Amino acid sequence: MALMVVKFDLKKRVKLAQFLWLMYWFSVMAGVLVFSMGLFFKIELRKRSEMMDNNESHFVPNLLIAVGLLACGINAMGGKICYDSLDPIKFSRWKPMLKSFLVSCVAFNCLLVLTALLCFLMRIPLQFTLAEGLKNALKFYKDTDTPGRCYMKRTLDQMQMEFRCCGNNNFRDWFEIQWVSNRYLDFSAKEVKDRIGSNVDGKYLMDAVPFSCCNPSSPRPCIQYQVTNNTAHYSYDHHTEDLNIWKRGCRDALISYYGGMMNTIGALVLLVAILEVIVMIGLQYVNTSLSNLVNPEDPESESEGWILEKTVKETFTDIMDKMKAMSKGNTVEEGGVDGVATVS
Amino acid sequence: MVLMKMKFPFEKRVKLAQCLWLLSWMATLAGAFTFTLGCFLKTELRRRAEVMDNTEIHAVPNTLMIVGLASLGINYFAGRMCQDALDAGRFPRWKTFMQPYWGVSLLFTLLMLTAVIMSYAMKGNLESSLKIGLKNGIRFYKDTDTPGRCFQKQTIDRLQMEFRCCGNTDFKDWFEVQWISNRYLDFSSKEVKDRVKSNVDGRYLFDGVPFSCCNPSSPRPCIQDRLTNNSAHYSYEHQTEELNIYIRGCREALVNYYMGLMNTIGAAVLSVFLVQSSVLVSLRYLQTAMEAVAGQENTEIETEGYLLEKGVKETIMEYVTPVLVFLQLNQVGSEDAEA
Repeated sequence: MALMVVKFDLKKRVKLAQFLWLMYWFSVMAGVLVFSMGLFFKIELRKRSEMMDNNESHFVPNLLIAVGLLACGINAMGGKICYDSLDPIKFSRWKPMLKSFLVSCVAFNCLLVLTALLCFLMRIPLQFTLAEGLKNALKFYKDTDTPGRCYMKRTLDQMQMEFRCCGNNNFRDWFEIQWVSNRYLDFSAKEVKDRIGSNVDGKYLMDAVPFSCCNPSSPRPCIQYQVTNNTAHYSYDHHTEDLNIWKRGCRDALISYYGGMMNTIGALVLLVAILEVIVMIGLQYVNTSLSNLVNPEDPESESEGWILEKTVKETFTDIMDKMKAMSKGNTVEEGGVDGVATVS
Repeated sequence: MVLMKMKFPFEKRVKLAQCLWLLSWMATLAGAFTFTLGCFLKTELRRRAEVMDNTEIHAVPNTLMIVGLASLGINYFAGRMCQDALDAGRFPRWKTFMQPYWGVSLLFTLLMLTAVIMSYAMKGNLESSLKIGLKNGIRFYKDTDTPGRCFQKQTIDRLQMEFRCCGNTDFKDWFEVQWISNRYLDFSSKEVKDRVKSNVDGRYLFDGVPFSCCNPSSPRPCIQDRLTNNSAHYSYEHQTEELNIYIRGCREALVNYYMGLMNTIGAAVLSVFLVQSSVLVSLRYLQTAMEAVAGQENTEIETEGYLLEKGVKETIMEYVTPVLVFLQLNQVGSEDAEA
């Protein structure tokens, strides 16, 4: 008993083919969209590559680009098949490869779903990459005279201003590193000597943050230095002060930025996968309806179309048997069992 | 004496009509493009409306939007007319429509040119508007608790960070204004009392700038306070230090930005003006050539087309004389009344 049988007359077949041709063109555009989103994501990752440690993986955007191109190709071919299905002579040329084309469509849909899943899961490795990368970026903030790192200060300042964040986990990360270069420290001053003497590594540490941590929405001018010292500033309590500097850490800010982007891309890829499944089912109907004409000589006769020739369970057992037969090799006993296999 | 006569055999008339039809469609798109340019410019001006004193500069985008919409109508009718021009029987019905049509289309085409000239000429107006607006913005920077002015600080900070500028004319404007609110000044401390007493108005002035003036490209952490005091900072000389804070004033930055925008838009609108003028000239030739055909039995004869029936001076006199007569009549009437 076939799955979801539908009766087709000529008019209905023509309408189905035309509708499917239109849907295939939409799918080609959807493939272009997936490709461009992969490209956009790749560019965004490259823009902030200084904040990530060097082995960040570009696997997901590359996969999106490949899948987008593949979708364009498959859907263009599907559209051509639909266009030719209205002409029996042209369609008979396509008939032999239609089954393998549909099987490859199934595989492609699985790949799409996998891609969407990867998009949602990429957040996790990104978190580790960013944690490591930002830690190093903060360390190299002061090295504006070291070739290769001289733009780290500008990059970090611009990033903190753009993403409204401060430090790695929060603003206290700035207290634990020396972010003022030795070139600008007066080593003959008592204060500098005290601070350097106060820790093992001889670093100039202070409870201050760079200007890029300042929040423009604060009602009072920015307090960057002596942030934890309430008595240093008039009417200031650093425990309750919310608006002075950005509270959020840059890792959280970047994760939510990239996470939002990846969620949107993943959702879109899922929608494209659903569209692909619909056009695949439509193509199967076109295929079966054109192969099962009541009167093979008359192209205008009625026919039946279905998704699967047998029920899902029977088709599945058939496929399993086939795979077992292939793995055991073509023995004479298996040859007898093979004869029961489906021919569509 | 006719202005710029040209002979039009039948094939040339047909070609002219076809060319004009294509040109009128291009001009319609160009008109829509002008409208969007006007909208874009208006949006950009509105975004910074808080640092502008008056909205006189909005005349430029408003004119562009009006001209864009009008040219849609003008070119639509031009297209319809040239479609009818190929049929000698249908063309005469446009006769009564032509006179007001020319008036309106010449007016709006000149208005397009005026918009381009205005966009260059209003630079001074924009600059003075920004000067007053920025002066007020800097004055009210500290008033974050006054309703109506509480967002000035945020606006000025974001402006300075985005346009990479500091102050009105330059960063020294911040030295002349108290930009720290009294709420955050400890009036019991000696330093505050000294500074407040040192000037007539009792303001807390010092040689410091807000954090938004800081330049991220500077190799050293930002020096915001005691800017003119070389000994307050190690290895610092304020006369030669260029990268620490933004040197440029926000007025100059904003004027450059808007003039750049208006120059680009002006160049685009000038090319739209050329397209529109060519549409009108072609339409005039087509109209005069078809008028000569009207009433003839053989519609495929050669005719003459011209721009103006009489010379330029005579045509102007023709239109101005009724206006003068009307004015004189009024004068004579009032004299009679007095007598």
